[in-house]
Amino acid sequence: MTEPVLATRDLTKSFGALKASDGISIDLRPGEIHAIIGPNGAGKSTLIHQICGGLRPDSGTVHLLGRDVTAEGIAARARLGLGRTFQISALAMEDSVLQNAMLGALGHSGRPWRFWRPALRDPDLRARAEDSLHRVGLADHMHKRTANLSHGQRRQLEVAVALTLDPKAFIMDEPMAGLGAEGSALLTRFLDELRAQAPILLVEHDMDAVFALADRISVLVYGRVIATGTVDEIRASAEVREAYLGEEA
Amino acid sequence: MIRERYLNLAVLAGLLALALWALAGDQPFTITLLTKVVILGLAAAGLNIALGIGGLVSLGHAVFFGLGGYAMGILAFHAQNFAPLELGPLSIAGTKSMPVIWLAAIAVSAAVAVVIGLLSLRTSGVYFIMITLAFGQMFYYFAISWSVYGGEDGLSIYVRNGFPGLNTLDPIQFFGICLAILCLVLLLSDRLARSPFGLALNAARQVPVRVETVGLSPTRLKLLAFVISGAITGLAGALYADLNRFVSPTMFSWQLSGELMVLVILGGVGRLIGPVVGAAIFVALEHLLGGLTEFWHIWLGVILLLIVLFARGGVVGLISPRRVGHD
Ligand SMILES: Nc1ncnc2c1ncn2[C@@H]1O[C@H](COP(=O)(O)OP(=O)(O)O)[C@@H](O)[C@H]1O
Ligand SMILES: [Mg+2]
Repeated sequence: MTEPVLATRDLTKSFGALKASDGISIDLRPGEIHAIIGPNGAGKSTLIHQICGGLRPDSGTVHLLGRDVTAEGIAARARLGLGRTFQISALAMEDSVLQNAMLGALGHSGRPWRFWRPALRDPDLRARAEDSLHRVGLADHMHKRTANLSHGQRRQLEVAVALTLDPKAFIMDEPMAGLGAEGSALLTRFLDELRAQAPILLVEHDMDAVFALADRISVLVYGRVIATGTVDEIRASAEVREAYLGEEA
Repeated sequence: MIRERYLNLAVLAGLLALALWALAGDQPFTITLLTKVVILGLAAAGLNIALGIGGLVSLGHAVFFGLGGYAMGILAFHAQNFAPLELGPLSIAGTKSMPVIWLAAIAVSAAVAVVIGLLSLRTSGVYFIMITLAFGQMFYYFAISWSVYGGEDGLSIYVRNGFPGLNTLDPIQFFGICLAILCLVLLLSDRLARSPFGLALNAARQVPVRVETVGLSPTRLKLLAFVISGAITGLAGALYADLNRFVSPTMFSWQLSGELMVLVILGGVGRLIGPVVGAAIFVALEHLLGGLTEFWHIWLGVILLLIVLFARGGVVGLISPRRVGHD
Protein backbone atom coordinates (compact mmCIF):
# COMPACT_ATOMS: atom_id res chain seq x y z
CA MET A 1 0.00 0.00 0.00
CA THR A 2 1.24 3.50 -0.73
CA GLU A 3 2.04 5.66 2.24
CA PRO A 4 -0.79 8.01 3.26
CA VAL A 5 -0.31 11.72 2.62
CA LEU A 6 -1.95 12.49 5.92
CA ALA A 7 -2.61 10.29 8.93
CA THR A 8 -3.97 10.76 12.42
CA ARG A 9 -3.35 8.19 15.14
CA ASP A 10 -5.57 7.94 18.22
CA LEU A 11 -6.46 11.63 18.37
CA THR A 12 -8.20 12.49 21.59
CA LYS A 13 -9.62 15.85 22.53
CA SER A 14 -11.96 16.68 25.37
CA PHE A 15 -13.81 19.89 26.15
CA GLY A 16 -14.53 19.41 29.85
CA ALA A 17 -16.51 16.22 30.15
CA LEU A 18 -17.26 16.13 26.41
CA LYS A 19 -15.05 13.87 24.31
CA ALA A 20 -15.07 15.68 20.98
CA SER A 21 -12.41 13.35 19.56
CA ASP A 22 -12.23 9.85 20.97
CA GLY A 23 -9.29 7.96 19.51
CA ILE A 24 -9.59 9.02 15.90
CA SER A 25 -7.29 7.28 13.42
CA ILE A 26 -7.90 8.11 9.79
CA ASP A 27 -5.68 8.55 6.79
CA LEU A 28 -5.75 10.22 3.43
CA ARG A 29 -4.15 8.34 0.53
CA PRO A 30 -2.76 9.76 -2.68
CA GLY A 31 -5.41 10.52 -5.28
CA GLU A 32 -8.44 9.89 -3.10
CA ILE A 33 -11.32 11.85 -1.71
CA HIS A 34 -11.90 10.71 1.84
CA ALA A 35 -15.18 12.05 3.16
CA ILE A 36 -15.95 12.53 6.83
CA ILE A 37 -19.64 12.48 7.61
CA GLY A 38 -21.53 12.58 10.86
CA PRO A 39 -24.33 14.45 12.61
CA ASN A 40 -23.93 18.00 13.86
CA GLY A 41 -21.71 18.14 16.91
CA ALA A 42 -20.06 14.81 16.09
CA GLY A 43 -16.63 16.44 16.22
CA LYS A 44 -15.85 16.91 12.54
CA SER A 45 -14.64 20.51 12.81
CA THR A 46 -12.73 19.64 15.96
CA LEU A 47 -10.93 16.92 14.00
CA ILE A 48 -10.13 19.36 11.18
CA HIS A 49 -8.73 21.87 13.64
CA GLN A 50 -6.40 19.27 15.10
CA ILE A 51 -5.26 18.21 11.66
CA CYS A 52 -4.59 21.79 10.60
CA GLY A 53 -2.84 22.83 13.80
CA GLY A 54 -5.35 25.23 15.32
CA LEU A 55 -6.09 22.89 18.20
CA ARG A 56 -3.67 20.66 20.13
CA PRO A 57 -4.94 17.14 20.73
CA ASP A 58 -4.88 15.86 24.30
CA SER A 59 -3.14 12.78 22.94
CA GLY A 60 -2.43 11.16 19.60
CA THR A 61 -0.45 12.31 16.57
CA VAL A 62 -0.86 13.89 13.17
CA HIS A 63 1.53 12.89 10.38
CA LEU A 64 1.86 14.81 7.15
CA LEU A 65 3.92 13.22 4.37
CA GLY A 66 5.39 10.82 6.89
CA ARG A 67 6.45 13.57 9.23
CA ASP A 68 5.08 14.05 12.75
CA VAL A 69 3.58 17.55 12.76
CA THR A 70 1.62 17.23 16.01
CA ALA A 71 3.69 19.98 17.63
CA GLU A 72 3.62 22.32 14.63
CA GLY A 73 1.33 25.35 14.32
CA ILE A 74 -1.09 26.24 11.53
CA ALA A 75 1.44 28.17 9.46
CA ALA A 76 4.10 25.46 9.59
CA ARG A 77 1.62 22.79 8.48
CA ALA A 78 0.44 25.03 5.67
CA ARG A 79 4.02 25.44 4.49
CA LEU A 80 4.45 21.67 4.60
CA GLY A 81 1.52 21.27 2.25
CA LEU A 82 -1.91 21.54 3.88
CA GLY A 83 -4.45 23.55 1.91
CA ARG A 84 -7.53 24.20 3.94
CA THR A 85 -10.93 25.79 3.43
CA PHE A 86 -13.05 26.97 6.33
CA GLN A 87 -16.61 26.02 7.20
CA ILE A 88 -17.29 29.71 7.81
CA SER A 89 -15.43 31.78 5.24
CA ALA A 90 -12.31 33.38 6.65
CA LEU A 91 -11.47 36.01 4.05
CA ALA A 92 -10.21 39.58 4.16
CA MET A 93 -13.60 41.15 3.49
CA GLU A 94 -12.30 44.68 2.92
CA ASP A 95 -9.88 43.53 0.26
CA SER A 96 -10.55 42.64 -3.33
CA VAL A 97 -11.07 39.07 -4.45
CA LEU A 98 -7.74 39.22 -6.24
CA GLN A 99 -5.96 40.43 -3.12
CA ASN A 100 -7.30 37.47 -1.16
CA ALA A 101 -6.04 35.08 -3.79
CA MET A 102 -2.72 36.94 -3.89
CA LEU A 103 -2.33 36.47 -0.17
CA GLY A 104 -2.36 32.74 -0.85
CA ALA A 105 0.17 33.17 -3.64
CA LEU A 106 2.32 35.22 -1.26
CA GLY A 107 2.14 32.47 1.35
CA HIS A 108 3.16 29.97 -1.31
CA SER A 109 6.12 32.14 -2.33
CA GLY A 110 7.22 32.28 1.31
CA ARG A 111 8.54 35.80 0.74
CA PRO A 112 6.34 38.35 2.54
CA TRP A 113 9.28 40.53 3.61
CA ARG A 114 9.21 42.78 0.58
CA PHE A 115 8.32 46.41 1.12
CA TRP A 116 8.70 48.37 -2.05
CA ARG A 117 7.11 46.99 -5.19
CA PRO A 118 3.30 46.84 -5.12
CA ALA A 119 2.10 43.28 -4.67
CA LEU A 120 -0.45 43.67 -7.44
CA ARG A 121 2.37 44.38 -9.89
CA ASP A 122 4.30 41.25 -9.00
CA PRO A 123 3.79 39.11 -12.11
CA ASP A 124 4.45 35.78 -10.39
CA LEU A 125 2.06 36.39 -7.51
CA ARG A 126 -0.51 37.77 -9.84
CA ALA A 127 -0.33 34.91 -12.32
CA ARG A 128 -0.72 32.31 -9.58
CA ALA A 129 -3.65 34.18 -8.03
CA GLU A 130 -5.44 34.81 -11.31
CA ASP A 131 -4.95 31.24 -12.40
CA SER A 132 -6.64 29.97 -9.24
CA LEU A 133 -9.51 32.42 -9.57
CA HIS A 134 -9.92 31.36 -13.14
CA ARG A 135 -10.11 27.70 -12.17
CA VAL A 136 -12.93 28.27 -9.65
CA GLY A 137 -14.79 30.58 -12.02
CA LEU A 138 -14.19 33.87 -10.20
CA ALA A 139 -11.99 35.51 -12.83
CA ASP A 140 -14.74 37.94 -13.79
CA HIS A 141 -15.12 39.11 -10.21
CA MET A 142 -11.53 39.54 -9.18
CA HIS A 143 -11.66 43.30 -8.72
CA LYS A 144 -14.75 43.16 -6.55
CA ARG A 145 -14.61 43.82 -2.85
CA THR A 146 -14.84 40.44 -1.15
CA ALA A 147 -17.61 41.69 1.15
CA ASN A 148 -19.74 42.21 -1.96
CA LEU A 149 -19.49 38.60 -3.10
CA SER A 150 -22.45 36.25 -2.74
CA HIS A 151 -22.20 33.47 -0.21
CA GLY A 152 -21.47 30.96 -2.94
CA GLN A 153 -18.77 33.10 -4.46
CA ARG A 154 -17.06 33.36 -1.08
CA ARG A 155 -17.02 29.58 -0.90
CA GLN A 156 -15.41 29.53 -4.33
CA LEU A 157 -12.83 32.05 -3.18
CA GLU A 158 -12.03 29.87 -0.17
CA VAL A 159 -11.21 27.08 -2.60
CA ALA A 160 -9.23 29.43 -4.84
CA VAL A 161 -7.01 30.55 -1.97
CA ALA A 162 -6.31 26.91 -1.12
CA LEU A 163 -5.42 26.29 -4.78
CA THR A 164 -2.80 29.05 -4.78
CA LEU A 165 -0.89 27.10 -2.13
CA ASP A 166 -0.48 24.13 -4.46
CA PRO A 167 -0.93 21.88 -1.42
CA LYS A 168 -0.08 18.21 -0.97
CA ALA A 169 -3.47 17.64 0.66
CA PHE A 170 -6.71 19.60 0.70
CA ILE A 171 -8.72 19.79 3.90
CA MET A 172 -12.22 21.09 3.26
CA ASP A 173 -14.79 21.74 5.97
CA GLU A 174 -18.27 21.72 4.43
CA PRO A 175 -17.37 23.52 1.19
CA MET A 176 -20.89 22.98 -0.19
CA ALA A 177 -22.66 24.52 2.80
CA GLY A 178 -25.25 27.01 1.60
CA LEU A 179 -24.32 26.66 -2.07
CA GLY A 180 -27.68 25.54 -3.46
CA ALA A 181 -28.20 22.69 -5.91
CA GLU A 182 -26.50 24.27 -8.89
CA GLY A 183 -23.50 25.49 -6.92
CA SER A 184 -23.06 22.11 -5.26
CA ALA A 185 -23.18 20.35 -8.60
CA LEU A 186 -20.52 22.69 -10.02
CA LEU A 187 -18.24 22.29 -7.02
CA THR A 188 -18.78 18.52 -7.07
CA ARG A 189 -17.52 18.40 -10.63
CA PHE A 190 -14.59 20.60 -9.70
CA LEU A 191 -13.52 18.50 -6.71
CA ASP A 192 -13.85 15.37 -8.80
CA GLU A 193 -11.02 16.63 -10.99
CA LEU A 194 -9.09 18.25 -8.16
CA ARG A 195 -8.32 14.91 -6.50
CA ALA A 196 -5.85 14.20 -9.32
CA GLN A 197 -3.84 17.22 -8.14
CA ALA A 198 -3.90 16.34 -4.43
CA PRO A 199 -6.09 14.13 -2.24
CA ILE A 200 -8.98 15.76 -0.40
CA LEU A 201 -10.20 15.21 3.13
CA LEU A 202 -13.77 16.35 2.76
CA VAL A 203 -16.15 17.09 5.60
CA GLU A 204 -19.55 17.43 4.01
CA HIS A 205 -23.23 17.30 4.85
CA ASP A 206 -24.43 17.11 1.28
CA MET A 207 -24.91 13.35 0.88
CA ASP A 208 -25.42 13.52 -2.87
CA ALA A 209 -22.01 15.16 -3.16
CA VAL A 210 -20.39 12.72 -0.75
CA PHE A 211 -21.78 9.63 -2.46
CA ALA A 212 -20.83 11.03 -5.86
CA LEU A 213 -17.28 11.94 -4.90
CA ALA A 214 -15.91 9.86 -2.08
CA ASP A 215 -13.48 7.01 -2.62
CA ARG A 216 -13.85 6.25 1.06
CA ILE A 217 -16.14 7.52 3.78
CA SER A 218 -15.56 7.66 7.52
CA VAL A 219 -18.55 8.09 9.78
CA LEU A 220 -17.98 10.09 12.93
CA VAL A 221 -20.44 9.89 15.81
CA TYR A 222 -19.79 11.33 19.27
CA GLY A 223 -16.10 11.78 18.50
CA ARG A 224 -15.61 8.18 17.32
CA VAL A 225 -15.12 6.79 13.85
CA ILE A 226 -17.79 4.09 13.82
CA ALA A 227 -17.12 2.96 10.26
CA THR A 228 -14.75 3.53 7.35
CA GLY A 229 -15.41 2.10 3.93
CA THR A 230 -16.37 2.62 0.32
CA VAL A 231 -19.62 4.33 -0.60
CA ASP A 232 -21.34 0.98 -1.06
CA GLU A 233 -20.05 -0.42 2.21
CA ILE A 234 -21.18 2.64 4.15
CA ARG A 235 -24.55 2.66 2.45
CA ALA A 236 -24.99 -0.97 3.35
CA SER A 237 -23.84 -0.70 6.94
CA ALA A 238 -26.66 -1.21 9.39
CA GLU A 239 -24.77 0.51 12.17
CA VAL A 240 -24.32 3.64 10.08
CA ARG A 241 -27.93 3.73 9.03
CA GLU A 242 -28.98 3.50 12.61
CA ALA A 243 -26.53 5.97 14.03
CA TYR A 244 -26.45 8.52 11.32
CA LEU A 245 -28.73 8.14 8.39
CA GLY A 246 -31.55 7.98 10.91
CA GLU A 247 -33.20 4.87 9.50
CA GLU A 248 -34.38 1.95 11.54
CA ALA A 249 -32.23 -0.99 10.60
CA MET B 1 -14.91 63.43 -4.65
CA ILE B 2 -11.19 63.64 -5.15
CA ARG B 3 -8.79 60.88 -6.04
CA GLU B 4 -6.77 60.08 -2.95
CA ARG B 5 -3.46 60.65 -4.68
CA TYR B 6 -4.41 64.22 -5.62
CA LEU B 7 -5.68 64.92 -2.13
CA ASN B 8 -2.38 63.72 -0.64
CA LEU B 9 -0.38 65.97 -2.93
CA ALA B 10 -2.75 68.89 -2.34
CA VAL B 11 -2.37 68.65 1.44
CA LEU B 12 1.43 68.53 1.27
CA ALA B 13 1.59 71.31 -1.32
CA GLY B 14 -0.85 73.32 0.78
CA LEU B 15 1.41 73.08 3.82
CA LEU B 16 4.38 74.25 1.77
CA ALA B 17 2.37 77.09 0.23
CA LEU B 18 1.15 78.27 3.63
CA ALA B 19 4.70 78.26 4.97
CA LEU B 20 5.97 80.26 2.01
CA TRP B 21 3.07 82.69 2.40
CA ALA B 22 3.97 83.09 6.08
CA LEU B 23 7.59 83.63 5.08
CA ALA B 24 6.62 86.37 2.63
CA GLY B 25 4.43 87.98 5.30
CA ASP B 26 7.22 87.69 7.86
CA GLN B 27 5.22 85.56 10.27
CA PRO B 28 7.72 83.12 11.80
CA PHE B 29 5.17 81.99 14.40
CA THR B 30 2.88 80.68 11.68
CA ILE B 31 5.80 78.75 10.24
CA THR B 32 6.41 77.26 13.66
CA LEU B 33 2.75 76.20 13.89
CA LEU B 34 3.00 74.60 10.47
CA THR B 35 6.17 72.82 11.56
CA LYS B 36 4.23 71.47 14.51
CA VAL B 37 1.55 70.17 12.14
CA VAL B 38 4.19 68.43 10.07
CA ILE B 39 5.93 66.84 13.07
CA LEU B 40 2.74 65.71 14.81
CA GLY B 41 1.53 64.44 11.44
CA LEU B 42 4.76 62.46 11.14
CA ALA B 43 4.34 61.01 14.64
CA ALA B 44 0.77 60.00 13.85
CA ALA B 45 1.83 58.65 10.44
CA GLY B 46 4.05 56.29 12.41
CA LEU B 47 1.12 55.20 14.55
CA ASN B 48 -1.01 54.85 11.43
CA ILE B 49 1.15 51.95 10.20
CA ALA B 50 0.54 49.95 13.39
CA LEU B 51 -3.06 51.08 13.86
CA GLY B 52 -4.31 51.61 10.34
CA ILE B 53 -2.76 48.69 8.52
CA GLY B 54 -1.90 46.32 11.36
CA GLY B 55 -4.97 47.04 13.51
CA LEU B 56 -2.76 47.41 16.59
CA VAL B 57 -4.50 49.80 18.96
CA SER B 58 -1.40 51.11 20.71
CA LEU B 59 -2.07 53.48 23.55
CA GLY B 60 1.63 53.68 24.21
CA HIS B 61 3.09 55.39 21.18
CA ALA B 62 4.16 58.29 23.37
CA VAL B 63 6.95 55.92 24.45
CA PHE B 64 8.54 56.30 21.04
CA PHE B 65 7.79 60.00 20.78
CA GLY B 66 9.43 60.47 24.18
CA LEU B 67 12.37 58.21 23.36
CA GLY B 68 13.04 60.25 20.23
CA GLY B 69 12.76 63.41 22.28
CA TYR B 70 15.13 62.19 24.95
CA ALA B 71 17.55 60.77 22.37
CA MET B 72 17.83 64.32 21.09
CA GLY B 73 17.82 65.85 24.57
CA ILE B 74 20.48 63.59 26.02
CA LEU B 75 22.85 63.71 23.05
CA ALA B 76 22.56 67.48 22.79
CA PHE B 77 22.86 67.89 26.56
CA HIS B 78 26.18 66.03 26.59
CA ALA B 79 27.38 68.00 23.60
CA GLN B 80 26.61 71.36 25.20
CA ASN B 81 28.22 70.24 28.50
CA PHE B 82 31.25 68.77 26.74
CA ALA B 83 30.86 65.71 29.00
CA PRO B 84 30.48 62.33 27.30
CA LEU B 85 27.60 60.05 28.14
CA GLU B 86 28.96 57.23 30.34
CA LEU B 87 27.06 54.00 29.87
CA GLY B 88 28.99 51.47 31.94
CA PRO B 89 32.19 50.78 30.00
CA LEU B 90 30.84 52.75 27.03
CA SER B 91 31.60 56.42 26.62
CA ILE B 92 29.45 58.13 24.02
CA ALA B 93 30.19 61.67 22.94
CA GLY B 94 27.21 64.00 22.69
CA THR B 95 26.32 65.49 19.34
CA LYS B 96 24.53 68.49 17.90
CA SER B 97 24.15 66.87 14.48
CA MET B 98 20.52 66.26 13.51
CA PRO B 99 21.18 63.29 11.22
CA VAL B 100 23.13 61.48 13.95
CA ILE B 101 20.40 62.29 16.49
CA TRP B 102 17.72 61.02 14.10
CA LEU B 103 19.55 57.74 13.64
CA ALA B 104 19.87 57.38 17.41
CA ALA B 105 16.16 58.17 17.88
CA ILE B 106 15.18 55.63 15.24
CA ALA B 107 17.49 52.94 16.61
CA VAL B 108 16.41 53.35 20.23
CA SER B 109 12.71 53.50 19.36
CA ALA B 110 12.96 50.46 17.12
CA ALA B 111 14.82 48.47 19.77
CA VAL B 112 12.27 49.33 22.46
CA ALA B 113 9.45 48.58 20.02
CA VAL B 114 10.84 45.08 19.52
CA VAL B 115 10.66 44.45 23.27
CA ILE B 116 7.23 46.04 23.78
CA GLY B 117 5.93 44.34 20.66
CA LEU B 118 7.19 40.88 21.67
CA LEU B 119 5.47 41.19 25.03
CA SER B 120 2.26 42.91 23.99
CA LEU B 121 1.57 40.96 20.79
CA ARG B 122 1.00 37.86 22.89
CA THR B 123 -2.28 39.52 23.77
CA SER B 124 -4.92 41.29 21.72
CA GLY B 125 -7.88 43.58 22.08
CA VAL B 126 -8.22 45.44 25.34
CA TYR B 127 -5.20 43.65 26.89
CA PHE B 128 -2.99 44.90 24.11
CA ILE B 129 -4.22 48.43 24.76
CA MET B 130 -3.54 48.05 28.48
CA ILE B 131 -0.03 46.65 28.05
CA THR B 132 1.00 49.42 25.68
CA LEU B 133 -0.51 51.96 28.06
CA ALA B 134 1.39 50.42 30.96
CA PHE B 135 4.68 50.71 29.09
CA GLY B 136 3.92 54.35 28.42
CA GLN B 137 3.38 54.99 32.12
CA MET B 138 6.60 53.18 33.02
CA PHE B 139 8.63 55.43 30.75
CA TYR B 140 6.76 58.50 31.95
CA TYR B 141 7.55 57.89 35.60
CA PHE B 142 11.09 56.84 34.80
CA ALA B 143 11.65 60.15 32.99
CA ILE B 144 10.18 62.05 35.92
CA SER B 145 12.59 60.41 38.32
CA TRP B 146 15.63 60.73 36.05
CA SER B 147 17.02 63.85 37.66
CA VAL B 148 20.27 63.93 35.65
CA TYR B 149 18.17 64.97 32.66
CA GLY B 150 15.91 67.39 34.47
CA GLY B 151 13.40 64.96 35.95
CA GLU B 152 9.95 66.48 36.02
CA ASP B 153 11.21 69.87 34.82
CA GLY B 154 12.57 68.48 31.58
CA LEU B 155 15.67 69.44 29.73
CA SER B 156 16.37 72.59 27.73
CA ILE B 157 18.72 72.75 24.79
CA TYR B 158 20.18 76.19 24.16
CA VAL B 159 20.68 76.06 20.43
CA ARG B 160 18.78 73.99 17.89
CA ASN B 161 20.83 71.10 16.51
CA GLY B 162 22.51 71.48 13.15
CA PHE B 163 22.06 70.04 9.71
CA PRO B 164 24.95 70.18 7.22
CA GLY B 165 24.57 73.10 4.87
CA LEU B 166 21.43 74.55 6.43
CA ASN B 167 20.64 77.11 9.10
CA THR B 168 18.23 75.19 11.29
CA LEU B 169 17.51 78.25 13.41
CA ASP B 170 15.76 79.78 10.43
CA PRO B 171 12.13 78.62 10.86
CA ILE B 172 11.51 78.07 7.17
CA GLN B 173 14.63 75.94 6.79
CA PHE B 174 13.72 73.77 9.77
CA PHE B 175 10.18 73.51 8.38
CA GLY B 176 11.67 72.39 5.07
CA ILE B 177 13.68 69.64 6.77
CA CYS B 178 10.61 68.36 8.61
CA LEU B 179 8.39 68.49 5.53
CA ALA B 180 10.99 66.63 3.47
CA ILE B 181 11.15 63.89 6.10
CA LEU B 182 7.36 63.70 6.23
CA CYS B 183 7.15 63.35 2.45
CA LEU B 184 9.80 60.65 2.49
CA VAL B 185 8.05 58.71 5.27
CA LEU B 186 4.67 59.01 3.54
CA LEU B 187 6.21 57.74 0.33
CA LEU B 188 7.66 54.78 2.21
CA SER B 189 4.32 54.14 3.99
CA ASP B 190 2.49 54.24 0.70
CA ARG B 191 4.81 51.71 -0.86
CA LEU B 192 4.70 49.58 2.27
CA ALA B 193 0.90 49.52 2.35
CA ARG B 194 0.73 48.17 -1.19
CA SER B 195 3.77 45.89 -0.98
CA PRO B 196 3.57 42.14 -0.38
CA PHE B 197 4.28 42.89 3.28
CA GLY B 198 1.41 45.37 3.36
CA LEU B 199 -0.93 42.90 1.69
CA ALA B 200 -0.16 40.30 4.34
CA LEU B 201 -0.30 42.78 7.21
CA ASN B 202 -3.61 44.12 6.00
CA ALA B 203 -5.02 40.59 5.98
CA ALA B 204 -3.48 39.87 9.39
CA ARG B 205 -5.52 42.75 10.78
CA GLN B 206 -8.76 41.39 9.32
CA VAL B 207 -8.41 37.61 9.60
CA PRO B 208 -5.22 36.44 11.29
CA VAL B 209 -6.20 32.79 10.92
CA ARG B 210 -6.35 33.18 7.15
CA VAL B 211 -2.80 34.51 7.12
CA GLU B 212 -1.64 31.51 9.15
CA THR B 213 -3.51 29.17 6.84
CA VAL B 214 -1.44 30.36 3.89
CA GLY B 215 1.71 29.69 5.92
CA LEU B 216 2.60 33.15 7.23
CA SER B 217 2.91 34.36 10.81
CA PRO B 218 0.51 37.21 11.69
CA THR B 219 2.48 37.90 14.86
CA ARG B 220 5.75 38.43 13.02
CA LEU B 221 4.07 40.66 10.47
CA LYS B 222 2.52 42.75 13.23
CA LEU B 223 5.76 42.88 15.19
CA LEU B 224 7.64 44.33 12.25
CA ALA B 225 4.81 46.81 11.63
CA PHE B 226 4.99 47.85 15.27
CA VAL B 227 8.76 48.36 15.05
CA ILE B 228 8.57 50.42 11.86
CA SER B 229 5.72 52.38 13.39
CA GLY B 230 7.64 53.05 16.61
CA ALA B 231 10.77 54.09 14.73
CA ILE B 232 8.85 56.71 12.74
CA THR B 233 7.14 58.10 15.82
CA GLY B 234 10.55 58.18 17.53
CA LEU B 235 12.01 60.19 14.67
CA ALA B 236 9.11 62.62 15.01
CA GLY B 237 9.86 62.89 18.73
CA ALA B 238 13.44 63.97 18.00
CA LEU B 239 12.18 66.65 15.60
CA TYR B 240 9.54 67.82 18.07
CA ALA B 241 12.17 68.22 20.77
CA ASP B 242 14.28 70.20 18.34
CA LEU B 243 11.31 72.39 17.42
CA ASN B 244 10.81 73.32 21.08
CA ARG B 245 14.48 72.99 22.06
CA PHE B 246 13.05 71.25 25.08
CA VAL B 247 12.12 67.75 26.21
CA SER B 248 10.09 66.78 29.23
CA PRO B 249 8.30 63.70 30.57
CA THR B 250 5.02 64.94 29.02
CA MET B 251 6.34 63.57 25.73
CA PHE B 252 5.88 60.15 27.35
CA SER B 253 2.42 60.88 28.78
CA TRP B 254 -0.61 58.79 27.99
CA GLN B 255 -2.40 61.97 26.97
CA LEU B 256 0.09 62.26 24.16
CA SER B 257 -0.51 58.64 23.13
CA GLY B 258 -4.21 59.45 23.10
CA GLU B 259 -3.68 62.59 21.06
CA LEU B 260 -1.72 60.68 18.44
CA MET B 261 -4.60 58.27 18.16
CA VAL B 262 -7.06 61.17 17.91
CA LEU B 263 -5.03 62.62 15.03
CA VAL B 264 -5.20 59.32 13.14
CA ILE B 265 -8.93 58.88 13.74
CA LEU B 266 -9.74 62.51 12.86
CA GLY B 267 -7.88 62.29 9.58
CA GLY B 268 -8.90 58.75 8.70
CA VAL B 269 -7.53 55.47 10.01
CA GLY B 270 -5.30 53.76 7.48
CA ARG B 271 -5.41 56.69 5.07
CA LEU B 272 -2.00 57.91 3.99
CA ILE B 273 -2.53 61.62 4.54
CA GLY B 274 -5.02 61.12 7.39
CA PRO B 275 -2.55 61.76 10.22
CA VAL B 276 -1.40 65.01 8.62
CA VAL B 277 -4.96 66.23 8.14
CA GLY B 278 -5.71 65.23 11.72
CA ALA B 279 -2.64 67.12 12.95
CA ALA B 280 -3.65 70.21 10.96
CA ILE B 281 -7.13 70.21 12.48
CA PHE B 282 -5.70 69.61 15.93
CA VAL B 283 -3.13 72.41 15.78
CA ALA B 284 -5.61 74.79 14.18
CA LEU B 285 -8.18 74.17 16.91
CA GLU B 286 -5.57 74.45 19.62
CA HIS B 287 -4.35 77.74 18.20
CA LEU B 288 -7.68 79.31 17.27
CA LEU B 289 -9.81 78.14 20.19
CA GLY B 290 -7.02 77.72 22.72
CA GLY B 291 -6.71 81.51 22.88
CA LEU B 292 -10.44 81.91 23.60
CA THR B 293 -11.02 79.15 26.08
CA GLU B 294 -9.03 76.75 28.16
CA PHE B 295 -11.60 74.13 27.31
CA TRP B 296 -10.90 73.89 23.59
CA HIS B 297 -10.48 70.15 24.00
CA ILE B 298 -14.28 69.98 24.37
CA TRP B 299 -14.64 71.12 20.78
CA LEU B 300 -12.04 68.63 19.70
CA GLY B 301 -14.12 66.01 21.50
CA VAL B 302 -17.28 67.07 19.70
CA ILE B 303 -15.58 66.85 16.32
CA LEU B 304 -14.11 63.47 17.19
CA LEU B 305 -17.54 62.23 18.26
CA LEU B 306 -19.11 63.37 14.99
CA ILE B 307 -16.36 61.69 13.02
CA VAL B 308 -16.65 58.41 14.88
CA LEU B 309 -20.45 58.41 14.63
CA PHE B 310 -20.96 59.65 11.10
CA ALA B 311 -17.69 59.47 9.20
CA ARG B 312 -15.68 56.40 10.12
CA GLY B 313 -13.19 57.12 7.37
CA GLY B 314 -12.32 60.44 9.00
CA VAL B 315 -11.99 63.68 7.10
CA VAL B 316 -10.02 62.01 4.32
CA GLY B 317 -12.75 59.40 4.00
CA LEU B 318 -15.32 62.17 3.52
CA ILE B 319 -13.34 63.84 0.77
CA SER B 320 -11.99 60.76 -0.93
CA PRO B 321 -13.85 57.50 -0.25
CA ARG B 322 -11.64 54.45 -0.29
CA ARG B 323 -11.48 52.36 -3.42
CA VAL B 324 -10.78 48.68 -3.23
CA GLY B 325 -7.96 46.66 -4.67
CA HIS B 326 -6.09 49.12 -6.84
CA ASP B 327 -2.34 49.33 -7.16
N1 LIG C 1 -13.76 25.19 21.74
C1 LIG C 1 -14.74 24.39 22.23
N2 LIG C 1 -15.04 24.40 23.55
C2 LIG C 1 -16.00 23.58 24.04
N3 LIG C 1 -16.71 22.75 23.29
C3 LIG C 1 -16.47 22.69 21.97
C4 LIG C 1 -15.47 23.51 21.38
N4 LIG C 1 -15.44 23.25 20.04
C5 LIG C 1 -16.38 22.31 19.84
N5 LIG C 1 -16.99 21.96 20.98
C6 LIG C 1 -18.01 20.93 21.13
O1 LIG C 1 -17.49 19.73 20.61
C7 LIG C 1 -18.49 19.03 19.89
C8 LIG C 1 -18.03 18.81 18.47
O2 LIG C 1 -18.11 20.05 17.76
P1 LIG C 1 -17.68 20.20 16.25
O3 LIG C 1 -16.34 19.60 16.06
O4 LIG C 1 -17.85 21.61 15.85
O5 LIG C 1 -18.78 19.29 15.52
P2 LIG C 1 -19.18 19.21 13.99
O6 LIG C 1 -18.23 19.99 13.19
O7 LIG C 1 -19.15 17.76 13.70
O8 LIG C 1 -20.58 19.73 13.90
C9 LIG C 1 -19.76 19.86 19.99
O9 LIG C 1 -20.54 19.32 21.04
C10 LIG C 1 -19.27 21.23 20.33
O10 LIG C 1 -20.22 21.91 21.11
MG1 LIG D 1 -18.47 21.64 11.82
